[in-house]
Amino acid sequence: MTAILRYLAQAALYVPFMVIIGYFSTSPAYVHLPSDQALVRLSLSHAGQRIGECRQRTPGELAKLSPNMRAPLECPRERAPVTVELEIDGKLVYREVLQPSGLRRDLASTAYWRHPIAVGSHRFRARLRDRASGDFTYAREQTIELAPAQVLVIDFSASQGGFLFRF
Amino acid sequence: MEQSVTTYEAARLASLGELRKIEFIFDRVFNAANNPWRHLGALSFFFFWIITASGIYLYVFFDTGVSGAYQSVEALSNGQRYAGGVMRSLHRHASDAFMLTVVLHLAKEFLRGRYGGFRWFSWITGVPLLWLLFASGIGGYWLPWDRLAQFVAIATVEWLDALPLFAEPLARNFLVVENVSDRLFTLLIFLHIGIPLALLLGMFIHIQRVNHADVHTGRVLGWGTLAALLVLALAKPALSQGPADLATVPHLLAFDWFYLFPYWLLYSRSAAELWVLAGAVTGLLMLLPLLARGARAPVARVDLENCNGCARCFADCPYAAVVMRPRSGAGPGRMRAEVIPALCASCGICAGACPSSTPFRSNERLVTGIDMPQLPVNELRAALERGLSRLRSERRIVAFGCDCAARIRALEAPDVAVFSLLCIGMLPPSFIEYALRSGAEGVMVAGCREGDCAYRLGNVWTARRLEGRREPHLRPNVASERVRLVWSGAGEGAELARKLDDFRLALEGMPRNAPHLTSRTKALHNKIPIERGS
Ligand code: HEM
Ligand code: SF4
Ligand code: SF4
Repeated sequence: MTAILRYLAQAALYVPFMVIIGYFSTSPAYVHLPSDQALVRLSLSHAGQRIGECRQRTPGELAKLSPNMRAPLECPRERAPVTVELEIDGKLVYREVLQPSGLRRDLASTAYWRHPIAVGSHRFRARLRDRASGDFTYAREQTIELAPAQVLVIDFSASQGGFLFRF
Repeated sequence: MEQSVTTYEAARLASLGELRKIEFIFDRVFNAANNPWRHLGALSFFFFWIITASGIYLYVFFDTGVSGAYQSVEALSNGQRYAGGVMRSLHRHASDAFMLTVVLHLAKEFLRGRYGGFRWFSWITGVPLLWLLFASGIGGYWLPWDRLAQFVAIATVEWLDALPLFAEPLARNFLVVENVSDRLFTLLIFLHIGIPLALLLGMFIHIQRVNHADVHTGRVLGWGTLAALLVLALAKPALSQGPADLATVPHLLAFDWFYLFPYWLLYSRSAAELWVLAGAVTGLLMLLPLLARGARAPVARVDLENCNGCARCFADCPYAAVVMRPRSGAGPGRMRAEVIPALCASCGICAGACPSSTPFRSNERLVTGIDMPQLPVNELRAALERGLSRLRSERRIVAFGCDCAARIRALEAPDVAVFSLLCIGMLPPSFIEYALRSGAEGVMVAGCREGDCAYRLGNVWTARRLEGRREPHLRPNVASERVRLVWSGAGEGAELARKLDDFRLALEGMPRNAPHLTSRTKALHNKIPIERGS
């Protein structure tokens, strides 16, 4: 094979390489969410109430503690699990009892849940209980019109009054 | 079980056959020396350097802020299309090509069964490179902070959140735009430099047990590949897909399947399934060397009496299994060779390199400096002498071949004495001269094609020794037309037979070889019954 022919043939063999790299670096396109869907992202990080009541230490107990640890109240650190429910259009789609994190179960309960949903108008009802028993402590209900590809974030912040619907 | 093992073997060999066909086409166009299929590791290194060079350029213009990131990358693509735009495209396409060549390299080593025995180190250290490469690519895709970056960021944290590692889901950092901070981008660029550096370190470790590792593509392949990437950069520039917007989902994406394929699985299956799959594949790859454990061939052995410390075996060993140590006791030279058995591939290339392997030595028993117990050079000399004296022909041919290449034994004929070595690199060039002096008319030396040696370097060293470019060289007084070097790999038996016929024909056109006899070859020569032709 002459040198020129050889280089031409080499150039030809680079073509499939370029086509493979060029094509699969962008194609086929990936449908992450069908165009008739929106996305609900429910996420929260909230510490449940402490489980036990604080208790006065007896003078005898206090004496046994090292001087810098002599707090008169003993408060159990364990927190209650947080129960979260989400209803969409009257149907319960999410219900979790979120256990507190931390080795002593004394830190926040957290959740993250993604849920594709048909576009259009939906009624969302979110409820949360952050103590061991009793009724839900927080709730929020709202009808929201979701456009294609729109994201509805359902977050929670006790200091801001409970559930936050952001869209 | 037995059944499935044979089916698997058949499938492996069939795939290897198909791969060979492709390689042969490329051999014809590129020559084996520049054939990309034979330099997948070197190409991977080459792409790494292109990515590094283009990455440094991009870094100069990159703004590590939530809004600045997107703008600065757009400015590269649109504001300086033929500089920054090309650099960005080179960076992207070379990364894709890197993934492609690494996966092909893995597949090729797998098909050739090169994961067990002494190769376990190369194989095991290759596996983490896959993760580092993936992580490097994923990190890169976050930075332009476009729609694809948004997808990659959220997919990555959603995948990580499936592991019980983090007290708070990482995905909470990407709920709303206020959560995404400039500091995150500083961290990301730090990771996007740090992980590739770890990859480079891993690549360096990966080639520790191969001597003279093939990490340079050579000019022809290097320039050709760079030219192809440049053409691709102009024809199909890498572009952003609109600024990230956490209020909407990027529902249709131009997708880089080389890196993002796992994220397709993440949403078509689930995060847990993807972890199980990734873990299983990694685990299987890591276990493969264990499954391939078989009986080990004897390793090279040094004979101190006959080692003068020249270090040729050290230079030629393809697997860095020979080390040179100062000599403590008496003996020739100040250094001595030592074999590290765990690293030895039992290829015999060291025996071919040792100056003591010359058959002209008149000792009754030829003991060389470094030898293979399963085929000592003494046995090779004896076999050569026996073989030559057995030939009943005027034009005797000696053919040296290799157990791993085309089957040389099939060429045994009344005029041909055949010797199959552990690797063709095991042949000391002096054996060729010895054969010619002992009555052979011609010597054929056959090995695998370039870039295909089972022990990486046997055929390269052989060619250089015969051309006089590497020690021990074939002495220039040997008539070069009587020595023929041919490359025919496993399965190319018919091709090899044709090459032998060509050589036979060429020898017939030459005057008879007048052997220059030494005392040892004279004794042998006298024993050979020469049939006088009419
Ligand atoms: C960044 C990724 C990688 C790079 C840059 C790379 C590069 C290389 C290079 C340059 C060699 C030496 C080739 C030679 O001189 O003959 C080599 C050998 C080898 N590689 Fe890789 N490699 C990579 C990944 C992998 C992976 C993922 C595997 C398999 C799991 C692997 C398995 C091997 C084996 C088994 C050898 C030894 C071949 C032999 O002994 O003949 N490599 N690699
Ligand atoms: S047999 Fe091969 S791997 Fe072993 S020491 Fe000799 S050259 Fe090195
Ligand atoms: S090639 Fe032979 S003489 Fe030279 S160091 Fe090795 S064993 Fe010793």
